[in-house]
Amino acid sequence: MNAAGRSAPIEVSYFPGCSLATTAKENNQSLIESCARLGIRLIEIPDWNCCGSSSAHSISHRLAFDLACRNLALAPAGRPLITACPSCTLRLKHAQHLLRHDPEARRRYESLWGRPYDPDLHVRHFFGLLVEIDWRSRIGNGEIAALDLTFAPYYGCMLNRPAPLRPSSDHHGIMERVLGDLGMRSVLWASSTQCCGTFLTVARPDIVTPKVNAILQNAADSGAECVVTACAMCHMNLEVRCTLKAPIPIFHFSELIALAFGSARRDWFSRHLIDPRPLLRRKGLAE
Amino acid sequence: MTLPEGPPIRLGALDPQFSREIKKLAGTDFHACLQCRSCSGGCPFSDHMDYMPNGVMRLVQLGLKQEALSCNTIWICVGCHTCSIQCPMAIDIPGVMDALREKALAENIEAIEPDILAFHREVLHSIARYGRTHKLEIMLRYKLKKRDLFSDLDVGLRMLAKRKLDLSPSRITDLEAIEKVFRP
Repeated sequence: MNAAGRSAPIEVSYFPGCSLATTAKENNQSLIESCARLGIRLIEIPDWNCCGSSSAHSISHRLAFDLACRNLALAPAGRPLITACPSCTLRLKHAQHLLRHDPEARRRYESLWGRPYDPDLHVRHFFGLLVEIDWRSRIGNGEIAALDLTFAPYYGCMLNRPAPLRPSSDHHGIMERVLGDLGMRSVLWASSTQCCGTFLTVARPDIVTPKVNAILQNAADSGAECVVTACAMCHMNLEVRCTLKAPIPIFHFSELIALAFGSARRDWFSRHLIDPRPLLRRKGLAE
Repeated sequence: MTLPEGPPIRLGALDPQFSREIKKLAGTDFHACLQCRSCSGGCPFSDHMDYMPNGVMRLVQLGLKQEALSCNTIWICVGCHTCSIQCPMAIDIPGVMDALREKALAENIEAIEPDILAFHREVLHSIARYGRTHKLEIMLRYKLKKRDLFSDLDVGLRMLAKRKLDLSPSRITDLEAIEKVFRP
């Protein structure tokens, strides 16, 4: 800790991914704001590309590997690479898994990107960083608004550990802990790791709509006033495909941290398809 | 509760070479499958699949190539890994689905879910062009090719109104690197 009562700043590389850069800008901005308050500097990987999303690995394992690897190759040594999107996290970690275990994969990496892969590069979701730091001691002396909200933590499926990555953490429980520290109450419910349907939302909305409705109905029935998502794609699917009459609002995890820190911006909440502002007003958390 | 059932698996022409090939491509040993059906019990999309995930494991174990490559299960699977985290044998089941999809395309087997394939192709087209995904263009191209501009028009308009869909793409500078990746 320094004289101002703040711990030393942490510098990390940051991979936002396409969703946070575009459809979920409010997720990105609120994460950056929250991290700034915690003394975490997110340094965006220069010229990062799409991790391949679900589509690359769905039809070409080589393309999925190469697209993820370019980002790994761009990450400077000596700093962890932080992701915010669970799907990007999975893609980057899977490429790393192949690099660790397959000499052929390493040869391809070296021939494409002109350098050996960095075995020490620590790819991790933002949650992993939150677990590790004593985040309360990093907030400093500024005010924290108590968030009087009952929420259903929705992790979605992509933080789950696929078989090859089993030793890594899935971070379940972190939202309850951190948001609990900020005054929120979580509900226990059955859908917290249920898949939202991901890309089937485009070609098979007939499959996704009932899934999404069941998830949101389940959250409301469990007594939640809102759902909090860990994944920008889940957030979009829940909002876009829900056909319930009066669904409860859905927040990105980072929006609520920023809200408690007093650094939330009004134009984040106006971008939601299910308007969260009436709830926030009712709770005295917005004008 | 009864577990979902797929169609019966009938022994036809067995192709052990196919089995070996998929095992290598998928990087997981599906021969470890003991047919406990945890995967199928947990799969959120099994209602929409013909063969259940455990059924697909049996097809690849036996080398029933035609059945494995032409089932709709491999297209409906989104890779959510609900199955593989429940699998007592730690089989990367979505990895097997990925391998089968790729093999089906290599063998020109008609995709039984052409819209899902068309969507994947549009996403990759966008990445090849910009290095990132441009969602508005992906949707427009997908809808145009399908000649179906009106379903989901309301969704698109709501997203535009909420500034969720950027009109111009976010793109990378070094497109040559992406070109290199997409070169066959």
